[in-house]
Amino acid sequence: MATHPWGRSQDIRLRWWNGGLELKRADKIYHENENVSGVIIISSNSDFKHEGITLTMEGSVNLQISSKTVGIIEAFYNSVKPIQLVSVSCEVSGPGRLPSGVTQIPFEIPLRAKPNRVLYETYHGVYVNINYGIRCDIKRSFLSKDLQKMQQFLVQYKPGFNATPQLPLRENRKPVSFEISPSTLSTGASGAPDFLLRGHLDTVCCNITKPLKGKVIFLKCAVPIRSLELQLARVETCGCAEGYAREATEIQNIQIGDGDVPLNIPIPIYMVFPRLFTCPTLITTNFKIEFEINIVIIFQDDHLITNNFPIVLVRE
Amino acid sequence: MLHNEIQWKTIVHATKVNHLNGVPVIDHPLKNVVVTERIPRKIFGSQPGTGRTTPISSAAPVQDPLFLALEQLDPLSEFAMLEIDPLSKMAAEMDTPDSLDPKTVANKDVKGNIFKDMDPWSSRKAGILSKYTTSEKLSIVTSFLYEGEKVVVKTQSTAVDKVQHRLEQLDSFEEGSQRKLNVSQAEYIGRIDQLNKELVSAWNSEQRVKALKIAIQCAKLLADTEVLPFYPSKFVLITDILDTFGKLVYERLRVKSDYYKPGSKTPTPLPEDFTPDMVPESAKETCLNWFHKIASIRELVPRLYVETALMKSYNFISSNECADGVLRITEMIHGIGNPLVAIYVRCYLCRVGINLMSQNSNYDFLYANFKAFLDSYQHLFSRCVKLEIAAQKMTMRTYASLYTPALDFILQAVVCTVNESVLADLLNNCKQCNNSSLILHSIMSSFKPSYVAERASDFVNMIVKCFDDCITLCSLLRMLGLCLNVCPPPSEQRRHILTAVWKYVSAFTNPAEYITCVEAWIQYIVVHFSNRDINIILGDIIEHMSPNRNFENFYNDLKIIVGKIVSNNQDFEMLLVMENFLPLIDLFQQEYMKVEVCKNILTNNFTCFTTNDPVTTNALMYLCTVLHDSVNALTPEDEYRQIGEILCNVIRKVDYGRDFEQQMNFYVEARGAFSNIDTVLAELVQRVNCLTVNTRHIVKGIHTRKTADFVRACAAYCFITIPSIVSEKTRLELYLLSGQVALFNQCLGQADACFKAVLSMLSDLQDVTTKSEIFLSSYIRQVLSTLLVVPDNPERGVLSLLKGLLNVIRDLDWNKQNCVLGSLYVNVIDLLSVMSQEEYSYHVDRVESNDSLYGSDTKFLVEINNMCSIIIGEILTLLKDLGICRRQSQLAIELFLRVALRGDLSMKSVSALALNLWQLSLKNGNADVKYMAKTKEYIRKRGMATNDIHLHQLLDKIIFQ
Repeated sequence: MATHPWGRSQDIRLRWWNGGLELKRADKIYHENENVSGVIIISSNSDFKHEGITLTMEGSVNLQISSKTVGIIEAFYNSVKPIQLVSVSCEVSGPGRLPSGVTQIPFEIPLRAKPNRVLYETYHGVYVNINYGIRCDIKRSFLSKDLQKMQQFLVQYKPGFNATPQLPLRENRKPVSFEISPSTLSTGASGAPDFLLRGHLDTVCCNITKPLKGKVIFLKCAVPIRSLELQLARVETCGCAEGYAREATEIQNIQIGDGDVPLNIPIPIYMVFPRLFTCPTLITTNFKIEFEINIVIIFQDDHLITNNFPIVLVRE
Repeated sequence: MLHNEIQWKTIVHATKVNHLNGVPVIDHPLKNVVVTERIPRKIFGSQPGTGRTTPISSAAPVQDPLFLALEQLDPLSEFAMLEIDPLSKMAAEMDTPDSLDPKTVANKDVKGNIFKDMDPWSSRKAGILSKYTTSEKLSIVTSFLYEGEKVVVKTQSTAVDKVQHRLEQLDSFEEGSQRKLNVSQAEYIGRIDQLNKELVSAWNSEQRVKALKIAIQCAKLLADTEVLPFYPSKFVLITDILDTFGKLVYERLRVKSDYYKPGSKTPTPLPEDFTPDMVPESAKETCLNWFHKIASIRELVPRLYVETALMKSYNFISSNECADGVLRITEMIHGIGNPLVAIYVRCYLCRVGINLMSQNSNYDFLYANFKAFLDSYQHLFSRCVKLEIAAQKMTMRTYASLYTPALDFILQAVVCTVNESVLADLLNNCKQCNNSSLILHSIMSSFKPSYVAERASDFVNMIVKCFDDCITLCSLLRMLGLCLNVCPPPSEQRRHILTAVWKYVSAFTNPAEYITCVEAWIQYIVVHFSNRDINIILGDIIEHMSPNRNFENFYNDLKIIVGKIVSNNQDFEMLLVMENFLPLIDLFQQEYMKVEVCKNILTNNFTCFTTNDPVTTNALMYLCTVLHDSVNALTPEDEYRQIGEILCNVIRKVDYGRDFEQQMNFYVEARGAFSNIDTVLAELVQRVNCLTVNTRHIVKGIHTRKTADFVRACAAYCFITIPSIVSEKTRLELYLLSGQVALFNQCLGQADACFKAVLSMLSDLQDVTTKSEIFLSSYIRQVLSTLLVVPDNPERGVLSLLKGLLNVIRDLDWNKQNCVLGSLYVNVIDLLSVMSQEEYSYHVDRVESNDSLYGSDTKFLVEINNMCSIIIGEILTLLKDLGICRRQSQLAIELFLRVALRGDLSMKSVSALALNLWQLSLKNGNADVKYMAKTKEYIRKRGMATNDIHLHQLLDKIIFQ
């Protein structure tokens, strides 16, 4: 909001227009080729002059360099430039005056990727961010400040469509069984208490909207367990070919077993994928977003054992 | 001017007496038509184990004869008949704000049918809170709580202060300020309550994230079993908060969702019974957000609790989400390592689940939860549990008792939803768990007693095979006993079960265990077995209780046992003559306990019971003596009254039928034994009088020598007994009554003595209440009407009793202003004028009254007239003393009426007197003119009827000036 020295003020708001009855957009989620519709609401306590109103839709992948790998990344400086996925601009109005009070201007912009680009799903990570937004600018004469308002929206694949359909794991929907004991561990087995854990994941190729499911059973456990945890981690890779930076960070960690869990009783594995911080697994030439699950066993003597399962997320 | 000496002559009428027609009736005409059966009420907070509908223990039903006659309800019991008192009614209404909606009501009814046999959670809460307590310090995380003094500061006056305070509060919610406090149990409860309030206020001030944080914080407390004995109580307190939270979220989602009714354009909040397709997208979105947020709670226990609390909101998303969620959580609970925490999460899940499923009655999850507990049952004895209970210095037994509230709840819910075949399965499962005593105990307390009763011998076998030390054999047997009390086993098994059980019961060496078992079983024994068996069991009890004076520690249990024996026994008489019953009572060696027990026995409802057996009577007398002897100077008045009533009641029960002599002997004995209590003595006098009258009925008024002697003895008994009564009022009344009865039985001397006693008592009254003019005036009138039929004692002068009475009342300490004496004098004139008639209007059968004795002798009449003159003189003096006032006017008109009707108006002085009185009463404007007009009208009619010239003449003279 810009306040004029004489107390006049203008304010712009963008509101997602509940346009047609077929599109209820309380969730601000759009798919490719849909119309992003809404309304520009300009309120002002006096009439005012402007030099033009424009509306811009932008979407881009922002890659960031991990501070740990700065040295390597500097070599391919180019790859960290944002990758524009969509960029549309249109003039809503030429120079003119707006009356005092509330002015509402409905708009509708088709959501289409730039040529040779694919609209990836919105994703907020540590090193990779995929954002979409609509911006409204009101240009004004020299004396007054320009007004600007930005509003984000989310892009999702249409169910069944995925940007990276060539993934090898895609068809692998069989349950994955596993067994963990000191003997199966390559590292860290020394000093681990004697235990035997059997379990399975229903699938490692998961629908992002459905929870991850599975079971674990402790068959043997010499030292009581303190906590049994399920860790969801993302693996972000920036750059390719000549060299790249690969970083794995935790998204969330939830407990599925607390304390000395009973033996020989199946404990469910259950995790709902968080909405903003996950997206379907994405592998492109410039960057990758992948996910893994860690099963973490912490014993009461603070001994910690993890077992890693890469997973593929798809939207169905 | 009035003259004090008036020449009086009473007119003698020869009128016929009209009789009213009497019709015998069965009921008292004034009695209200009320059903007096009391509705049993559920006692809230009853122990989970025994808490089925407990019939209300009826208050000591002392049969007051008046009460029996009227059987009207006193206001208190009428109040108790209302099923619920207004307060709890209000509270109930608050809980169901939409009770007006007929659909919800219908829904609730359906639900009520399934779980109707189950104690609702709300009624268990109080029991749990009172049972599981601790004196240890509890720790609580205090990020959302302020320090004590901050809480107190709530009375800020200015707006600035308020803002400041609010900001301070917000500051103190910084996550960093969490710290652990060690607090006592009471403080802990206070703080949890505070958290609850904080949650609601955060919610109401739009801080929903904070509300969620508080809920999670609370749920976290339940993962902590630092102080085990308090855990069940903690569960009760905290799940209340979670319930509140769940309700807030659900209601907000419902109210905020705009719903367009078909054909309507204006949005309304969703109706209570919405379906998911009615929910708008925005509400679904908000709801999904909630569940995503919850799904990311790191710790397992808080996540499960909070999700369970919000379970109902799954209905916004889809209709099967809820049921799936419940089953999923049922499985996920397996991940909780601490079995105690796990069972309580299950309990909460079941509790929430029961309320959720209104439409689709799929209650499989209840059974699934119980099965899940059975599956992990061995985990109860795992290393960590052992360590934990060792660290907290608990026994396995007390530890196991922590499970019972949750387990009982789940099991009862299961029992309500599955059919009997599943129960059999369940029982087999229990056997596979090596006859776990904990599960067996819960099964007995949760299953329908009828189910347990049918398989009682199986249960006995299983109980004795329980070797784990979770629940003692004693509590198991006790529980079985309680089940069998409610529903008896098949008759052919009864004896077998008792012998099997008693083998173990009587083998208990610990008297506490023994007595708690007996307490549960005694009802079963008393109801189903013969007196001989009861006697043997009583002997066994005495044998167990006597060594080392064990009984001293178990008075309460013994008291309950005696209470149960008495209230369930059919044949009270047999009980009293039982060999071991009185020795059992003798075990109570503490005075007040013994008194309590005796009271209990004697107030038991044996309404239709009467006895003439000397042994029974003896036993009764023994019990009564205990009560009587407990009375001393320090006894509270109410206690004294109560004991008196009980004793009177017992006295009424002893009935030797036509053996009057023996009855009389009993009364004599009773008088000797219960001399301390007024009401009993009064009752005895009444009984003896009753006996006397009955005797007369049997001989039809003509006494033989023997009966005459007997009734004289009775009269003597009364005469001797009455003086030892303390209350003057009772004494006066009884003297009069006894005199009347004696007269009725032609015992003239005895009657005379009684009346003389009345006179001497009247002249020497001490008690203020007796001296009250209301009592005295009515009492003296009663005496007057009796005196009419009492024949003069030839040894003393004419009308000596009446003269004596007049002397006495003249000297009584009357209030001059009220002038009751004047009214009494007027009544004496009534009496005297009736006495001068040729034949009196009533007689005592076979007693010659003065009318036949004197035969209207002139001397006698002159005597009466003289007395009248004197009395009229007295009244006139009184009138003069009164001075001019209303009362004077009243008294004057009263006297006028007597003079006009009873006096011989042909005498000049009499008619002049009448006239004077009329004018006196008119004078000064105090007169009740209406009454006087009516009086005049009456006199006129009377004059017409009797054709009395003098009356007419008088009538002409009296006028309103």
